[in-house]
Amino acid sequence: MEENLLKTCLYDKHVALGALMSPFGGFIMPIQYTNITDEHNAVRQRAGMFDVSHMGEIFVSGPDADKFVNHIFSNDIRGMEDGKILYGMMLYPNGTTVDDLLVYKEFEPNSYLLVVNASNIAKDYEWLCAQKEGYDVTVVNESDNWGQIALQGPEAEKYAVETLGLAKAAELGFYTYCNFTTCHFDQAERVEKSCRMIVSRTGYTGEDGFEIYAPHSVINEMWDTLLAAGVAPCGLGCRDTLRFEAGLPLYGHELSDEITPLEAGLGMFAKVKDKEEFIGRDALVEQKQAGLTRKSVGIELQDKAIPRAGYPVEVDGVQVGVVTTGYRSISTDRSVCVALVDKAYTELGTNVEIRIRKKVFPGIVTKRRFYETNYKK
Amino acid sequence: MAKTVEGLYYSESHEWVKVEGNVAVIGITDFAQHAMGDLSYVDMPEVDDELEAGEEFGAVESVKAASDLFTPVTGKVVEINEALEDAPELLNEDAFANWIMKVEMSDPSELEGLMDAAAYEAMCANE
Repeated sequence: MEENLLKTCLYDKHVALGALMSPFGGFIMPIQYTNITDEHNAVRQRAGMFDVSHMGEIFVSGPDADKFVNHIFSNDIRGMEDGKILYGMMLYPNGTTVDDLLVYKEFEPNSYLLVVNASNIAKDYEWLCAQKEGYDVTVVNESDNWGQIALQGPEAEKYAVETLGLAKAAELGFYTYCNFTTCHFDQAERVEKSCRMIVSRTGYTGEDGFEIYAPHSVINEMWDTLLAAGVAPCGLGCRDTLRFEAGLPLYGHELSDEITPLEAGLGMFAKVKDKEEFIGRDALVEQKQAGLTRKSVGIELQDKAIPRAGYPVEVDGVQVGVVTTGYRSISTDRSVCVALVDKAYTELGTNVEIRIRKKVFPGIVTKRRFYETNYKK
Repeated sequence: MAKTVEGLYYSESHEWVKVEGNVAVIGITDFAQHAMGDLSYVDMPEVDDELEAGEEFGAVESVKAASDLFTPVTGKVVEINEALEDAPELLNEDAFANWIMKVEMSDPSELEGLMDAAAYEAMCANE
């Protein structure tokens, strides 16, 4: 099993830093360098950087690319300006989720970058190829060629501009991006070549920040530069506590091939009303008309016990749902979770219980966002 | 390096036992607290709980994970360390000075199945 795990281009840096390494999404990834709490707080209070080179980059272009992406994507890309980014899902015809992803509108017509979850790269690529019949498009999986660093936190802009010299990054609005041209050494041809770097004002922490995509050697240099400037290297451990507090879903937990975006409470990213057609739309319309049977909610416990994924949610001793992610929230010091529960128990303020090992603990249904996000612009 | 204390009994699931008459004082080892990282919660049993050797009696939790605790001896819980409710980090600071529960043993011969410090250290070296 272990030997089949993929390494990102920054693998050696993580090992040299003494990171605790663990499998995630088919890759061997850093979970923490120091401890999750300190890394979490570094991102909330200053700046942290994550190796997210495991994420997938799939490019879609060709005369029918506008039509095709709108067909496979739940959000509405019509009228999207160049340099804009949209979050949304690819759905199966039954409305459940293939993956959640970012769609980048490129600075030329009929051209998009799809950024997908590491664990779903192969599945997504096959899915896209299977759907493109009748569309004049080219789908290219370039995931192996791109590294990615997520630079996150209130001081992210300062480091992007002053340390990395990306002055243009400061002008970026939330969910927009720009291209830079930089140089890297082409190992195959043994020459310096110019290459593309993508900088977007996006992230997965609830803080301001950037996601920077570039060839492996550029990402390696950038990692060293940021590290030397004092940016905290942060592992996937705190990436999960941060995204969870900010109410952001994780595929395999809040979304899956058994969960629709409506059930996950992400209906605003599935444009059932605005769009006449996309894969999965009919199923969502039907689910809306019939009424949801279950929905994702937040639950706060009064006790310090920690709800975790898979624990049952109960009312009067009967299971009415299941926890999808839960923590003792680092930024708010409360025991909270997101859970998928029967519709009858989803009103804010509803009393429920969570079974943790042998005991049940009382909780109250809350919003799914436990921390006020600090996005810029 | 994780430390051990001479004169205690050790379980394969990383609990230690200190014998005081017919009472077993039980905690987690330094190796265990080290492997878990910063602890944020200790799930403790109730006083008067009747436990069978090998039975789960609670858990210690870090940010990332919960790790179940198993009692090395059979008996009745006579006291729990309430200080851990508000300060689970005490286990990180000194895992041997901060016990979790005290059990009135019904079969002290069970202690013979546990390890001494040297045997426990050897086991940890292989993990």
